[in-house]
Amino acid sequence: MNLVPNLLLFGRVLRAAGVHVHRERMVDAIQATEWVGVKSRADLRATLCALLVHRHEDLPLFNEAFDLFFRAHGSSELDMPLFSLGERARVVTRRDAGAPHRLDVEEPESDADASAAFALGAYSTVEVSRTKDFADFTAAELEEARRLLLRLRWEPGIRRTRRWQRSLRGDIDMAALLRKNVMRGGELIELPRRVRREAPRPIVLLADVSGSMDRYSRMLLSFASGLTRSARHVESFVFATRLTRVSRYVAATGGHRVVSRMVRELHDWGGGTRIGEALRTFNTTWARRVMRHGPVVLIVSDGWDRGDPELLGRELARLRRRCSRLVWLNPLLGSASYEPLTRGMQAALGHIDDFMPAHNLKSIEDLARQLRHGNTQHL
Amino acid sequence: MSRAPLSIPASVDALQDALGGERYVAERGLAVPIYLALRLRRPLFLEGEAGVGKTEVAKVLAAALKTTLIRLQCYEGLDVNQAVYEWNYPRQLLEIRMIEVAADLDRAAVTRELFTEAFLIKRPLLRAIEETRERAPVLLIDEIDRADEEFEGYLLEFLSDFQVTIPELGTIRAAEPPIVIVTSNRTREVHDALKRRCVYSWIPYPSFEKELRIVSSKVPGASERLARQVTAFVQELRTADLYKAAGISETLDWAAALVALDRDVIDADVVHETLGILLKNQEDIDSVRGERVSTILARALT
Repeated sequence: MNLVPNLLLFGRVLRAAGVHVHRERMVDAIQATEWVGVKSRADLRATLCALLVHRHEDLPLFNEAFDLFFRAHGSSELDMPLFSLGERARVVTRRDAGAPHRLDVEEPESDADASAAFALGAYSTVEVSRTKDFADFTAAELEEARRLLLRLRWEPGIRRTRRWQRSLRGDIDMAALLRKNVMRGGELIELPRRVRREAPRPIVLLADVSGSMDRYSRMLLSFASGLTRSARHVESFVFATRLTRVSRYVAATGGHRVVSRMVRELHDWGGGTRIGEALRTFNTTWARRVMRHGPVVLIVSDGWDRGDPELLGRELARLRRRCSRLVWLNPLLGSASYEPLTRGMQAALGHIDDFMPAHNLKSIEDLARQLRHGNTQHL
Repeated sequence: MSRAPLSIPASVDALQDALGGERYVAERGLAVPIYLALRLRRPLFLEGEAGVGKTEVAKVLAAALKTTLIRLQCYEGLDVNQAVYEWNYPRQLLEIRMIEVAADLDRAAVTRELFTEAFLIKRPLLRAIEETRERAPVLLIDEIDRADEEFEGYLLEFLSDFQVTIPELGTIRAAEPPIVIVTSNRTREVHDALKRRCVYSWIPYPSFEKELRIVSSKVPGASERLARQVTAFVQELRTADLYKAAGISETLDWAAALVALDRDVIDADVVHETLGILLKNQEDIDSVRGERVSTILARALT
């Protein structure tokens, strides 16, 4: 049986499909098929999966590729791959763990939608007003603002980690005290001290991309990339009727290309909002994984909610308990005549720490300053 | 010391039998990765929701291989002093005082004496590679996702050469590397560099058949009927939209509780009385209590 070349080919198919296959594991896999045998398809699957996959989110991709490659029909058809590398297009897609949609970041931008207009303005020296509403921006101004946002410095508060480090002040480090002084016959000559190391708090961004937020959404995702660049741990999610994690895509690119791509791929982009349900999904599915170390949570939404306000209140309360600070950014707050009267906003107000505008550059700069200096609470 | 190297089951079937002998139900999807980790001498990386039996794999494997289990529980800030070794400073100081009283203070000799194994506190990673072991132990590095990146970096180094250098003593190297099992609840992404070194296995919540077998074998007091009903109810409950689903250990606790209450069947009343064993989150309990219990029960018992 001609297994080895096929295994190597399968490894290449997996790689082409976006699974990180380590070369050494490939060698192990060939060895392992000898030990486990290839009589049982299930065993072969388990063997290759254990060695070639090391991420939970790659499992569906692996299974799809395995089914295509080792399609069972008959006894010893393992040496008959059903598609060659040239036909791999069907599996060259990636799925985000929480996203039902396929997003492909790497593919070059092909169509000439709004992003082309941004590209034109890339070298312009447009003077952007810091107080002009994003909604009134021209394409060139948006591009300039985008670049300003990418440069903005973010320091979302500091937390004390549980790791100790040497310091000139702080508590006496008993272990180090003894260690240093045992050598001197137990006389206390040095008094080493230690403090808990500090680290920036993570940021979790939950951005509303429903229809009513349309004029702001693109800008806010640029804001998210800027955030991802300057603060170390940022998790980004977008929601309209459902919640999608976009952290990897936001981090992977400079910004607008991925944004226009997401606009096309997320079919509920520009749809109605169900904030409560989106937060419920966040709390049940994602919170355990991304709400570590007392993060600062930023919700960006105008509060136009078609869902149940009671649910929204309940889920916000739960979210509030798990973060150090809950900030609601509402672009409408920039308008002098706006009052937070929508049912959603009413339900939310009791649970949030800061309620701030996010409609122009100045407001975003204010936010950055506020996060830098404002007191974050507990956790 | 005489060494009896670990004997590894000769095939996946033999391994399944050995695990079955310890009353652990491992289907092929799990038995194959365990077998490969043993054969390839690579760490086994087990990922899955809390309560699907990841830690149990290490315990059972140690028993099946007739070797010891060494466990390192991870947490943020875990450092070399807690994970690898530490000198027993208080004892060293006492020793110094005693030598002083005896009044024969030869500085060089004292230092030599103070930094010997008698004053060394061995933590799990060092214990796992001690040369004096009769046979390689199973080293369980539990909940690696709780540790910080610093520790992950150290672990990467440790797993690649299984040796520890103590400046005062020299390098200690494992005669036979331990069987390493790393678990993660996936509260954060563990670095790919570490996972790539390992044989990876995702443990899902068990199927009805598997969970029923686990309940029957672990709670022998439960009747066939009760075991079926308990399993069906928990399986149904897991599909409900909850913050924290019930794990296998919750199923087993619940089955044992129902046996203790002399129940042979479950009904809405007894579910309400014992719901706290299955769900540990007040909001979850509130949302299920009442009519929803009856709905879930009805679906489970059909």
